[in-house]
Amino acid sequence: MSRRGSGEFSASSMADIAFLLLIFFLVTTTMDVDSGIARKLPEKVDNPPDVVIKEKNVLDIVVNRSNQLLVENEFVEVTDIKRLAMDFIDNGGGESVAKDGKPAAPCDYCNGAKDPESSDHPSKAIISLQSDRGTTYGMYVSIQNEIEGAYNELRNKLALKKYRRSYKDLLDDYKDNGTKSLKEKVDFLKDSYPQIISEPEPIK
Amino acid sequence: MSKFKKRKKGLPAISTASLPDIVFMLLFFFMVSTTMRETDLVIKKPVLPSASEVKKLEHKSLVSTIYVGKSKNERISGDKIQVNDKIIDVKDIPSFIFSERAIRKEEEVKFMTTSIKADKQANVGTILDIKEQLRDINALKISFSTTKSGELKSNY
Repeated sequence: MSRRGSGEFSASSMADIAFLLLIFFLVTTTMDVDSGIARKLPEKVDNPPDVVIKEKNVLDIVVNRSNQLLVENEFVEVTDIKRLAMDFIDNGGGESVAKDGKPAAPCDYCNGAKDPESSDHPSKAIISLQSDRGTTYGMYVSIQNEIEGAYNELRNKLALKKYRRSYKDLLDDYKDNGTKSLKEKVDFLKDSYPQIISEPEPIK
Repeated sequence: MSKFKKRKKGLPAISTASLPDIVFMLLFFFMVSTTMRETDLVIKKPVLPSASEVKKLEHKSLVSTIYVGKSKNERISGDKIQVNDKIIDVKDIPSFIFSERAIRKEEEVKFMTTSIKADKQANVGTILDIKEQLRDINALKISFSTTKSGELKSNY
């Protein structure tokens, strides 16, 4: 039992300790990133003013409790909504709303059919989504997704034409370094195709 | 015996000295990426619908989550709403949001987002009720939590 200097301590158990910790963190780790469809709810107003909206400026989407879809009184599939919504928003058959001193003007960036029976201007085009209380949430999200997709694609087209960059690229860049010129571009695209989605009371 | 010894000399043992280093590296990776599970689900784990146009939720500390799904008990039908480890009624959602607001700074309140994690079989009626309650108290930023995938067919 004689001591020979100070003995080295064994590091062999180090690996075991580290493994134990490693396994603990492995088990408790959840690496999910929460992502989803972002929506902004309309503010509540006590006495909503009566606004007269032309029938042609509203795209009616109705979904019933067995997940069947009706767009402008015709049966469609979910995958058709994107195209229908894009045609409707981008139609540009009339003039925009006069606001901020700007006079009403026809849509100069629309590529639509300019059908007088469809929407006047992207800033007037309203998408109305009427759902039933019994509709499944998956269906509802799918429709929201398609509508969002329609707006994103239209904005993307305009971004490519005007700035030669994709909308997503602009948004990513804006998130990384929010310069003023980028904000103007993004805001312009958003204002050109504003999301106007109305959700009336569900069918009981 | 001497023969045995001779052969063994030829193969040196693999050094395990670097093993702790490797393990520690992994350990740090998992330590950094870990988020501890905060809520235990008392409802059945909601199967999120999939969508392609998703946005990542930024500022996780400003997100309050509402779960919607079926009860774990098979005999209880209908959608249940869960926040913070307990099942609540739709009417109690405002008080939940107020309590979430109370623990955050005042200037951050307007950036708070409500994430709705609902099962794809849930009824839209429940979701719309929740939205109505959120509108009442001006919690206007919401996000329908989904998984990212281009395949919509699995949703319905």
